[in-house]
Amino acid sequence: MNWNSLAIGALAMLASGCSAPAQTAAAPTDPQIAHIAYTAGQIDVEAGQQALKKSKNAKVRAFAEEMVRDHQAVNDQALALVKKLGVTPEPNATSASLSSQAKTKLDELAKLDGAAFDRAYIENEVAYHKTVNGALSGTLIPDAKDPELKALLGTGLKLFQEHQMHAEHLAQELGS
Amino acid sequence: MSRGRPAFLAALLIAAALAARPAAADPTVHVIRIADMRFGPAPAGVRVGDAIEWVNADLFEHTATARDRSFDLDLKPGATARIVVRSAGEIAYYCRFHPGMTGRIVVRQ
Repeated sequence: MNWNSLAIGALAMLASGCSAPAQTAAAPTDPQIAHIAYTAGQIDVEAGQQALKKSKNAKVRAFAEEMVRDHQAVNDQALALVKKLGVTPEPNATSASLSSQAKTKLDELAKLDGAAFDRAYIENEVAYHKTVNGALSGTLIPDAKDPELKALLGTGLKLFQEHQMHAEHLAQELGS
Repeated sequence: MSRGRPAFLAALLIAAALAARPAAADPTVHVIRIADMRFGPAPAGVRVGDAIEWVNADLFEHTATARDRSFDLDLKPGATARIVVRSAGEIAYYCRFHPGMTGRIVVRQ
């Protein structure tokens, strides 16, 4: 199973109100939401860092730099906010599964080089941003209780949407 | 005669300063605020000689880059940068980092 379908599965579980039998049906709490959002950003930072090590394509590198810079900025803000609110981000099944799927994807991309790597990286960025956008607008934002956390997630959604559009344009250019 | 000279010179300097004032006056500054991955609305009534100032109130680094590359301003979060408009017409610009962010400004003579 590839990363996209795994990620969609993990996030769809959230979007559908968490229907896995072993899980509670409760919506994620703010500390869990904060952890999921932070993890989602961190994953994209690491993917960007990998691309900066491997890609020689100027446009792909510029995109990867943008991912690293923007997601780091939003995560720094998230850390400052949870500190201010006295909230401790709480690891949970969704963020754990996001991390393990991301690791699998990084390993898979590590085996590719040149144009094949560029295409696979950008294709994954399109799919990943799409998935996270769905989770943000479908679950994480509506379920967030704290207004500042909700607002920051809203900013994150606008960022992810712009990144998705950028990735889609790049994917077209690369002939994916 | 020599006594009156400094006063005369001073008067001349003041007159020169006054005459130069309209030209040296600060240009009208039109501010475009960047927030939430968007450029704020285009200012109305921009004329040649006015300044356009971008204020980055977003969490993210952006640029204000002319399509014709006549300017390319780098705007770190919290940064402000401006251009002075030198000719009439339409300015199309975008953010190099986030190509989905675009804006247009109409400049009149």
